[in-house]
Amino acid sequence: MARLLDVLRAAGLTGTKEGCGEGECGACAVLLNGALVNSCLTPLAHAAGAAITTIEGLASDEQLHAVQQAFLDCGGAQCGICTPGMVLAAVSLLRRNPNPTEDAVREGLAGNLCRCTGYGRIFAAVLEACRRMPQATA
Amino acid sequence: MQPGAGGSAVRREGRAKLTGRALYVDDVAPPGLIHGVTIRSPVSRGTIRGLRFDPSLDWSEYTIVTAADIPGINIVKLIADDQPYLADRVVQHAEEPVLLVAHPDPMRAEAARRLITIDIDPLPPVLSMDEASEEFKRYSVVKGDVDRALSAADLVVVEGDYSTGAQEQLYIEPNGMIAVADREHGGVTVWGSMQCPYYIHGALAALLNLPEARVRVVQMETGGGFGGKEEYPTIIAGHAALLAWKSGRPVKMIYGRSEDMASTTKRHPSRTRHRTAVTRDGQLVAMDIDFMLDGGAYCTLSPVVLSRGTIHAAGPYDCPNVRVRGRVVKTNVPPHGAFRGFGAPQSIFALERQMDRVAQAVGLDPAEFRRRNFVRNGDTLAVGQTIREPVDMHALLQRALTLSGFAAKRAAFARANPSARVRKGIGLATFMHGAGFTGSGEVHLASVVTVEGAADGGVRVLAASTEIGQGTNTIFSQIAAEALGLEIDDIEIAQPDTAVVPNSGPTVASRTCMVVGKLVESAATGIRRTLVDSGYLPSTYTRAQFHHACERYIARFGDLRSTSQYTPPPNVRWDDETYTGDAYATYAWAAYVAEVSVDLVTWEIHVDDFVAVQEVGRVINPTLATGQIEGGVAQGIGWALYEDVVWREGRMANAQMTNYIMPTSMDLPPIRVYFEEVPYAGGPGGAKGIGELPMDGAAPAIFNAVADATDVDPRDLPLTPERLLSLWAARHA
Repeated sequence: MARLLDVLRAAGLTGTKEGCGEGECGACAVLLNGALVNSCLTPLAHAAGAAITTIEGLASDEQLHAVQQAFLDCGGAQCGICTPGMVLAAVSLLRRNPNPTEDAVREGLAGNLCRCTGYGRIFAAVLEACRRMPQATA
Repeated sequence: MQPGAGGSAVRREGRAKLTGRALYVDDVAPPGLIHGVTIRSPVSRGTIRGLRFDPSLDWSEYTIVTAADIPGINIVKLIADDQPYLADRVVQHAEEPVLLVAHPDPMRAEAARRLITIDIDPLPPVLSMDEASEEFKRYSVVKGDVDRALSAADLVVVEGDYSTGAQEQLYIEPNGMIAVADREHGGVTVWGSMQCPYYIHGALAALLNLPEARVRVVQMETGGGFGGKEEYPTIIAGHAALLAWKSGRPVKMIYGRSEDMASTTKRHPSRTRHRTAVTRDGQLVAMDIDFMLDGGAYCTLSPVVLSRGTIHAAGPYDCPNVRVRGRVVKTNVPPHGAFRGFGAPQSIFALERQMDRVAQAVGLDPAEFRRRNFVRNGDTLAVGQTIREPVDMHALLQRALTLSGFAAKRAAFARANPSARVRKGIGLATFMHGAGFTGSGEVHLASVVTVEGAADGGVRVLAASTEIGQGTNTIFSQIAAEALGLEIDDIEIAQPDTAVVPNSGPTVASRTCMVVGKLVESAATGIRRTLVDSGYLPSTYTRAQFHHACERYIARFGDLRSTSQYTPPPNVRWDDETYTGDAYATYAWAAYVAEVSVDLVTWEIHVDDFVAVQEVGRVINPTLATGQIEGGVAQGIGWALYEDVVWREGRMANAQMTNYIMPTSMDLPPIRVYFEEVPYAGGPGGAKGIGELPMDGAAPAIFNAVADATDVDPRDLPLTPERLLSLWAARHA
């Protein structure tokens, strides 16, 4: 059974990355019917008929999503390989909890590993995005 | 308008990374691609008897490469000529590459791994430093007379042994390369994840017996390196190129996570023995240091790693008698290699834990003991380097103590701990880190940067220095923009491609900002000078005037280029023969404080707060610089507490993210970062190196904090719950 990750990448959606292939790092995270999943552990059959959002679907034209813009402004991305999954994890968190505490941000991103940042600029970016986002569209 | 140097300009390639458009090596697929895999030795040492191919597979579908197929020299070009691309007669370590296979279908390429048997007559391997008899390199640093000083009466002498384990770089993008070969015309091109395009460039020419002009190496977006993509990518590029050469088709080799962890380089394990003599009032009299690294089965970069570790082993202290003996030994484990800090974190860990133990032996507070011994402007380090810059370790330490509430917390914890299940402690480390290559390294590299102006007024920086997440693109843009009085968006950073960019040296050793950045600054200044001297540009000008001047100059002369090559700053001298002199043009200086909780039931250690105060010269981009420090401290916390490479018969037994544990967002404290800025004349806009420094201080500060929280004396890293429990049990038996 093909993995959702491979099908997405073969379709040219290479923003979804493979970091470990065993669901530990979160670099392959996508939203499946709005829920954050590791696409490396998702058999294609589980995605049948589902709405999938990858990093490519987050920005509209040249307008970055508020989370992407805050990552850019706050230094939340370094090497960039964890970034697509991390951004989607942050979007997913803010949809569930539009006003998270820093502890809630830590917990919300705990399934996404970043080796570059020590997470500090990422927390700052998520909290900044939260400040900028109109609650209704969070 | 974005600021020049000194401003937190946003990352140049940030938008591409945030939208998923940035292209990493596995994101591209040239037509006709085949997928390569590496078949590796299952044993640590032995003689190859032969290869067996399972007849159930149609091997005619596969491209197969062994050592016999290599057109040039089967030696990875680095320091010692000892490592083959493909083992020929003997294997020296488990996971050593023996042959390569490729197939158009990646699943079938993978399947071949299980259907090839390498018959090997095993030989007894050397699997620990204790058993090792061969040395790759040895260094000795001597100042004063340690033996005589130690024999003096009325001194307090403290001894201690310290050890550190291997650490996996764990960049989240595994290694990968694509190669295309043109046998007819004799040429090869590789694209991939790497730190050092010109290392690969020179190596491929020798491997394929091609002129260097027929080899092209292009860096793709690179998902982290930390040293792990300094030397090993040369081997992967060589493998991909060999398969491409034989098959005539484009070849992609992407390592899976387990293969990457088990096979590629890690931080050298170390063992350090200290004997320190101090007066009863805490003045250092003698430091006798024996520093040993496990190099693994081949030399790779071990001599240079050893050199940095040896030179940093005595720290930022003024001591009249110092002896450091450094050596790196050969074992039959996969070769260890570059990892952020490059030997210094190992020797600094030992020293800073030792310094706390010495302070305790003479009844001094750890901060006060260090204060009495800090090196100052005009003092001479053990290696013979006189510090000629303002250095104020006292101020850095004081700021770290104040910001962390060190004294008050230490007292409060001491009161609360006896009755607490969760003990608390606070500890510190003070240290320095040399920027740029060690010794005469920069002189030998003789790095080159070119800046060129275009007719539309755009300016392009040509350098082989790679963006690996640390911010090369952005700081080079800031430096060039400031030198030319332009905006950041006027500057383009060329993709590192050996067909286009000159050799600005490897992206390592905290040298990109300070050394290469200085060349960017001076080459950019050369563009301005050319335009001004030729009369096309007034000495003060607007952006529009600059653009117009470029257009007119290029219309008249054809092109507008300025090249700068490294020359050492005045008065920086190093003697390779005697191993003395100015080991580094300059150092970054730092004082770090860690606060920990130690749970006496679960034996977990959690870092609750972390203060990192450092002087790195002028900070070019505060956001990027803060990110460098936070990320380095995080790796240091991982090294100290969580990251345990488990060896079983010379192989990494936990080569998976599932059971090799790096810090998650839940594991790290707030990392509070502060900079003192003392401009350094040898760096662009006054900047020094920064990338490796933060790797040095976290582990010893944490160990000192654990010693403060408990009454155990931890000296072996990583300090896992199991280790802490056994220390406690031994103490309270």
